[in-house]
Amino acid sequence: MSEAAQERSARNAGGSSGAKVGTFLAKQGILIAFVLFMVSFALASERFLDPDNILGVIRSSAILGVMALGVTFVVISGNLDLSVGSLMSFSTIVVLDLHDTLGPALAILAMFGMTLAIGAVIGFLVGYLRLNSLIVTLGMLSAIHGLTLTWSGGQNMDIADKAGTWFAVFGQGRALGIPMPILMFALLAAVLGIVLAKTPFGRKVYAVGGNGTAATFSGIRRARTVFTCYLISAFCVATAGLIQASRSMGSQNTVGQGMELEVLAAVILGGASLMGGSGTIFKTVIGVLILGFIQNGLLLIGLQFYVQFVVTWIIIILAVWLDIAAKRGRLLSPIA
Amino acid sequence: MAPGTWSTFLRRGAIWAFIALELAFFSIAGEFLSVSDKAFMNWDNMLLLLKQSAPLGIIAMGMTLIMVNGNIDLSVGAIFALAAVILLDSMTWPFMAAMGDWSFLLAWVFALLAGVALGALNGFLVWKTGVDAFIITLGAMLGFRGLVFMYNGENPTSHLNWTLVDFAEAQFLGLHTATWFLLVVTAGMWWLMNRTVHGRNAYAIGDNREAAVNAGIRVGPHMMINFMIIGFLAALSAVVFYSESGSVNPNDGMLYELWIITAVVLGGTKLTGGSGSIISTLGGVLAIQILRRGLNHIGADTSTVNLVIGLILIAVLFLDRQLNVKGKEALRI
Repeated sequence: MSEAAQERSARNAGGSSGAKVGTFLAKQGILIAFVLFMVSFALASERFLDPDNILGVIRSSAILGVMALGVTFVVISGNLDLSVGSLMSFSTIVVLDLHDTLGPALAILAMFGMTLAIGAVIGFLVGYLRLNSLIVTLGMLSAIHGLTLTWSGGQNMDIADKAGTWFAVFGQGRALGIPMPILMFALLAAVLGIVLAKTPFGRKVYAVGGNGTAATFSGIRRARTVFTCYLISAFCVATAGLIQASRSMGSQNTVGQGMELEVLAAVILGGASLMGGSGTIFKTVIGVLILGFIQNGLLLIGLQFYVQFVVTWIIIILAVWLDIAAKRGRLLSPIA
Repeated sequence: MAPGTWSTFLRRGAIWAFIALELAFFSIAGEFLSVSDKAFMNWDNMLLLLKQSAPLGIIAMGMTLIMVNGNIDLSVGAIFALAAVILLDSMTWPFMAAMGDWSFLLAWVFALLAGVALGALNGFLVWKTGVDAFIITLGAMLGFRGLVFMYNGENPTSHLNWTLVDFAEAQFLGLHTATWFLLVVTAGMWWLMNRTVHGRNAYAIGDNREAAVNAGIRVGPHMMINFMIIGFLAALSAVVFYSESGSVNPNDGMLYELWIITAVVLGGTKLTGGSGSIISTLGGVLAIQILRRGLNHIGADTSTVNLVIGLILIAVLFLDRQLNVKGKEALRI
């Protein structure tokens, strides 16, 4: 069934009031699930709704969250980015290494420059050369990991004089009583949310992801839009690397390993379609918070950390399934 | 020569030409740079190379089928780990221990059944929910890994069965047991893809799903069977590898899916489905393994291996597109 036919049947299905409720549930399902989780965890553990606990959860979700913001742009434009975890390791290692030679300010600048340059390479390959984004970013995952190892010589990176620098402010500092990682996450989410929802560029990202050919015929420069999405993603990754480096003041080479798929899980949980053309920053933030609070809630009620993997599995599949079911107007797939 | 034959030939032969190039390069470079004084093309070295290709290679055969079918499976690393845990742990169960050393045959059956069951679960979800296989198996990658941890916590699972170790380390006609498994799986999958209705259907569905449905192919059950096959192969790979090593960490097999997809794509299989070949996948697996061992041989470290493989993957994608697109795309958008 074509996209248009699917939408038509969804609209027809919306005719009866029962289906309307179903559509509403599926559309806002992620928010409802979020509220349900919060309530049930709050009932199960007194500490869960403690302000310190909540701040702690958001703070530790901030790194994943910042990366998820950028990946949301890439996914809406109809592409994938599997290199963010590897790139985050790179920026963390680079900023830590340069810190001792260049000083904090220059190190941060240089790190952002290098991370953006790598993002530009990916954007060029996917946007202008139109290579498959899954394979390109898979290749970059490996290549950037190699770069990181070469840079660090396989050693862990540490800041020599941890007390004598203001570098820790991004990961450990507070402003107005709120931890800096949360502020940076919130600020970036607000800015990128506005860019995506309210600017011509944001509309172009949806258009390119929804129907690339139609977008091209309407005069949108597809390659440039995709390229910019990868730059935004790289910027977010650099920010995440900065928070990570500043929080721990030292790092292994593999600090971001495996995060690419976690980030993608958060973005998908937020309802962005891998086919492109749909998703919002706000929902991605909800996706990130759900993952964070589930992890925290399960720990608080005394379960091991790995139980969250299984719970996340069930939630991701349920979330996407219900979303698709609402669009096609029936629960099970019509495949024979 | 019919039009298009030349480019087909180029694409089919490219991976083998690349392997020949690698072998030549590492043989010559090895003369000058190698830390050991053994030649790269040493017989034992080549045998070891084949043996080490087996764990990834066996799964890559299944991944070829899945990708020709137009799907993808990101959960194979987790299935690999879970099958390994079941293989090693089941041998310590009281009734199994009572059976003596030959209980390993039953342990294999348990591990393989677990793989098939997990694959069936993935396939069933892809079939019934209509959710993209990428998302289903991305979720399963996390979920199955969670199951591995829940089975035995964060501790490694170990059990040594000497009959089994002897079997795994044996050499038959010069080749190691693992190599034989790889060859048998390759031959079996080649037969499945090229000589059976199921294999033809896999190409048909990957090429044009709508047309396949109209032709009366039952796409859902077909995909489910494919996921059961790759589940089985992931478990078989674990059986081959852990029969020898006898100890598994809960994190084992992580990122396997990415290496495997890299090998399959190097072999020329399309992510969009409908095209790909088992023999070329074998080439892709060998090419990666030669690269790893070769770079090692000339004294390069892991970082170079990662860098080179990543760049080669992107280069292959670029060249492949240049070969395919030329003349076909009237309108360049």
